[in-house]
Amino acid sequence: MNWLDPLRYSFMTEALMVSALVGTVCAVFSCYLVLKGWSLMGDAISHAVLPGVVVAYLVGIPLPVGAFAAGLLCATATGWIKASTRIKEDTVMGIVFTGMFAFGLVLFTKVETDAHLSHILFGNILGIERDDLIQTVIAAVVTLGIVLAMRKDLMLFCFDTAHARAIGLNTTMLHYVLLALLSGTIVASMQAVGIILVVAMLVTPGCTARLLTDRFDRMLILATASSVIASCLGVYVSFFVNGATGACIVLAQALLFAAAFLWHQRRRSRFSV
Amino acid sequence: MPSLSIDVANVTVAYPNGHTALRDASFHLHQGVIAALVGINGSGKSTLFKSLMGFVKPVAGTISIAGNTVEQARKLKLVAYVPQSEEVDWTFPVSVWDVVMMGRYGHMNFLRIASAEDKRIVNESLARVGMTDFRDRQIGELSGGQKKRVFLARALAQNGQIILLDEPFTGVDVTTEEAIIALLRSLRDEGRIILVSTHNLGSVPEFCDHVVLVNRTVLAAGPLEEVFTEDNLNRAFGGVLRQFHFEQSTIQDHDGKTVKLVTDDERPLVFGKGGHLEYKDRQGREDLVEKRQKEAGE
Repeated sequence: MNWLDPLRYSFMTEALMVSALVGTVCAVFSCYLVLKGWSLMGDAISHAVLPGVVVAYLVGIPLPVGAFAAGLLCATATGWIKASTRIKEDTVMGIVFTGMFAFGLVLFTKVETDAHLSHILFGNILGIERDDLIQTVIAAVVTLGIVLAMRKDLMLFCFDTAHARAIGLNTTMLHYVLLALLSGTIVASMQAVGIILVVAMLVTPGCTARLLTDRFDRMLILATASSVIASCLGVYVSFFVNGATGACIVLAQALLFAAAFLWHQRRRSRFSV
Repeated sequence: MPSLSIDVANVTVAYPNGHTALRDASFHLHQGVIAALVGINGSGKSTLFKSLMGFVKPVAGTISIAGNTVEQARKLKLVAYVPQSEEVDWTFPVSVWDVVMMGRYGHMNFLRIASAEDKRIVNESLARVGMTDFRDRQIGELSGGQKKRVFLARALAQNGQIILLDEPFTGVDVTTEEAIIALLRSLRDEGRIILVSTHNLGSVPEFCDHVVLVNRTVLAAGPLEEVFTEDNLNRAFGGVLRQFHFEQSTIQDHDGKTVKLVTDDERPLVFGKGGHLEYKDRQGREDLVEKRQKEAGE
């Protein structure tokens, strides 16, 4: 088999383009998520979208809509329970998202007539259908557009909420915008890597870039570069191993992170006496 | 705009969990003043700051900033806040320049694109605090005093007329402390109101004109000499203050004048005989020295 073989198939070039787009959205957003310290929130929401997807399937509305709604429900329920009890946020999150995920699994096994839904769990970018493709692209483009337009406000919100409020920004609104964007990012990457592994897409690019630079703008660029490379590499490799595309992408992300970590360690030992 | 002032009248702040952090607090500050907000931890200093910035809403009473409500003042970006060092994530990937530019965000359009004017103001603010050479440094690479100056520059870039500083001298060496004080004085002389929250009593007489003493309410507020008395401080601090009474100490009065005082990081607060405040140096306080001499002569 020739190493250029994958590019002869239109489903492969399509998958490469979509994964590059998804990789970009995830990378840009991951910079905020990592700096805000919301990794667990990313994990929580990504699992919590499952019941939303199943219900959307049953009702017959687009799956991303259900996923988005469930993601926001998880975030607001977490916030509400935390505010009205003494339980810490990470604990509340642990309860809410596992509860929602379990509910989703129960629904899922009850209605499993279509292999479609399993794609949500593990991703299926190589066999993605036209409708799903369009929905993914829309979710990705809208989310990316909003993040980029609001990138400075969001950065200030992550860095110094008090100052953001003092100069008249609506920080409550920014909080919910960030949560909505998180849900949007998850919805966009659901088809590519599946909701179980999507947290890797949300965290790894930002962390990789963080090790390589201490400037925010450069962090955005490096995260995007590493994420797009990992996404395309994952799709490409999965052609040869016959599937598990999502896992291949996440593995490539992890390898890039490991490389960045080694570089970081070497540089640190060179500079410290 | 009416002349700059802060009027806090009968303000009570209670948190959703039922805790009343501040009860019936009132004080007034006029323009061109450096005021110290003094009290122990949990006395309501930060609650007062939060109310001035509109982060918490009083359940009773009113706050007026230059004749505006807190909400209007926030829209006018009148109030700038210099956070305590512990509140800042110093590993955050931003440079000195980026941080000072954040002071301009409120003045920019939705996309926060810096204009030439914004850049000029940022440059000017950096120059004013003497941090121009450090503009491209990541904020974590700075010393304690430099970090403070960057956030002061941000307050200047914001053009905040009321500047709130939270514990500005922790982790700052004495030379930098004096540089910051000089800067605060020049800001005061421009007519701004500087409100400094601190528990470092000794430094208060050195640079503050006004004092607001808090302990779950405002115990006393007004000019330093009137408010900063041993009595008031005892009321504000209760048993927390460590005291050293020379007349009761084992120091021998060899020549009638020996006073020695050595402390570690924080400045000591010294009351002379008769309970009046003692200052570190005579410069600029010639009239006071004269007054004391007269008292001694009588």
